[in-house]
Amino acid sequence: MDIKDIIKPENLVYKKTDLMTDKILSYCPGCGHGTAHRILMEVIDEMGIQSETIGIAPVGCSVLAYDFMNVDMSGAAHGRAPALATGIKRLWPDKFVFTYQGDGDLAAIGSAETIHACNRGENITIVFINNGIYGMTGGQMAPTTLEGMKTSTSPYGRDLHTMGNPLKMTELVAQLPGTWYVTRQSVHTPRNVRRAKKAIRIALEAQKEKKGLTFVEIVSNCNSGWKMTPVKANEWMEENMFPFYPLGDLKVEGKLVNNQ
Amino acid sequence: MKGNEAIAEGAIRAGCDAYFGYPITPQSEVMEYLMAEQPEKRTGMIVLQAESEVASINMVYGAAGTGKRVMTSSSSPGISLMQEGISYCAGAELPCLIVNVVRGGPGLGTIQPSQADYFQSTKGGGHGDYRLIVLAPASVQEMFDFVFTGFDLAFKYRNPALILSDGLIGQMMEKVHLAEQRPRLTEFDPSWTITGKTPDREHNIITSLDLDAARQEKHNQKLQAKYQKITENEVRYEELMTEDAEYLFVAYGSSARICQKAMQLAREQGIKVGLLRPITLWPFPVKPIAHLAPKMKGILSVEQSAGQMVEDVRLAVACATPVEHYGRMGGMVPSPEEVLNVLVNKFISK
Repeated sequence: MDIKDIIKPENLVYKKTDLMTDKILSYCPGCGHGTAHRILMEVIDEMGIQSETIGIAPVGCSVLAYDFMNVDMSGAAHGRAPALATGIKRLWPDKFVFTYQGDGDLAAIGSAETIHACNRGENITIVFINNGIYGMTGGQMAPTTLEGMKTSTSPYGRDLHTMGNPLKMTELVAQLPGTWYVTRQSVHTPRNVRRAKKAIRIALEAQKEKKGLTFVEIVSNCNSGWKMTPVKANEWMEENMFPFYPLGDLKVEGKLVNNQ
Repeated sequence: MKGNEAIAEGAIRAGCDAYFGYPITPQSEVMEYLMAEQPEKRTGMIVLQAESEVASINMVYGAAGTGKRVMTSSSSPGISLMQEGISYCAGAELPCLIVNVVRGGPGLGTIQPSQADYFQSTKGGGHGDYRLIVLAPASVQEMFDFVFTGFDLAFKYRNPALILSDGLIGQMMEKVHLAEQRPRLTEFDPSWTITGKTPDREHNIITSLDLDAARQEKHNQKLQAKYQKITENEVRYEELMTEDAEYLFVAYGSSARICQKAMQLAREQGIKVGLLRPITLWPFPVKPIAHLAPKMKGILSVEQSAGQMVEDVRLAVACATPVEHYGRMGGMVPSPEEVLNVLVNKFISK
């Protein structure tokens, strides 16, 4: 019995969505990007909106996201994805427009574009991958890097007095009247993957209803940048990232949740 | 109407789909006119005030990728901020229109007219090997007309076009013949625009990135071949009284208007002066200048700068006749008498 005998149509319980191309992912083994890509594409596939979707890739590890996501996409200059998305959505209000951005892209160089797109209530979806580090350029300190966390540009740990504080961008944009749905998720366990996928679905459904900006943060690991094994990186993420970046909804249907 | 208003009305009538901008003197009337005019009601054109020039040009970049006619405008410091985005537009071969109503620099400089952004406009401005199609209006009528021309050339070559105006042309008022309303685009080239992947084609990607150096060089060669084609086909210029001229002014935009008056004053004194006015600054009218040069006793390049275009004039003249530069800087505008005196002092009574 070979693999073709096992994977008969009647035995098939899961398959890769056609909205992921067959290109080999450029991400490090153990990184959350691949999973985040997949669930985003699965939601678009399940909603049947491939021909109505335009995505924006950032600068960072996911700079080549357009090679892996089988939808029309544009590659933005560093930090400018929400501006591109704004330009597109204003001219194509019935299309689904999303950006996929890392924390350096979204929270540092693109902070102005992010805040203003959120504040204008652009009817787009921002998927924000936060791993507390600049992955692509080799593990430098990001605006989201935790206190004391060692990176190549904070080799003795992030010193809050000289290097500033880690920035909770998601909490910040939740305060803006233009955001409709703001949530923080992760993709490091099957349960969290299911929750994150549901969050993306809520975000895109809201876009269909023209409710305003929807913002899905995914706290992810960077085992290469953090210099840990994938398993250890996920444990470290649970122990260190989640207390500072707690998972869950921050804003639902335009209303802040609990103590936000 | 004002030059800046002519840009705005030209945008609506040229069937522009969207304008993204940020206020800056001396061009704020462009967006003010558009906001007051509410073109969404006239043609469906979108006008959005962005949070910065950086955001404006990137909104243009995003929207241009969908094949629509989109534009922005600003003045010198704002255009400097846009250079990254302009380089991306050129690299990704996106048709779009940028208007620079130039003011004096460097830095925050001044709000008075200047032509000191010639190098930035014609030699690149941002990073990498690229060119913009640069149109230089010398009247309010041309401010209006060149919006049409700029969009047409941008789409013909899938390249950003730039209208290089200045505070003088932007602020002055003249009569304008307004062309008829042109419809907005309704068809978008499926070979490259990102309007949503349909089953009949692969997904389209707008990007200027290729990490494979050999492929990136090929892309650059393709761009250079396109620029060569534009150089061969799109040179625009105007000659005034060059047939019998012994001396030649080369000037564009508001300086050309000043030189036109200086030319009249010269001829009243029996000095035979002509004017060559480049309309496209890139591609530069190299051949027409080279053709005229041997017939001239001297050429005076007049610009409101320290001498930028004069470098291209000298390259075109190739030492066939003496070339001198005259310019004022920092927002100062020369008078026709002043220009004529310089011509006389440099070439005739020395």
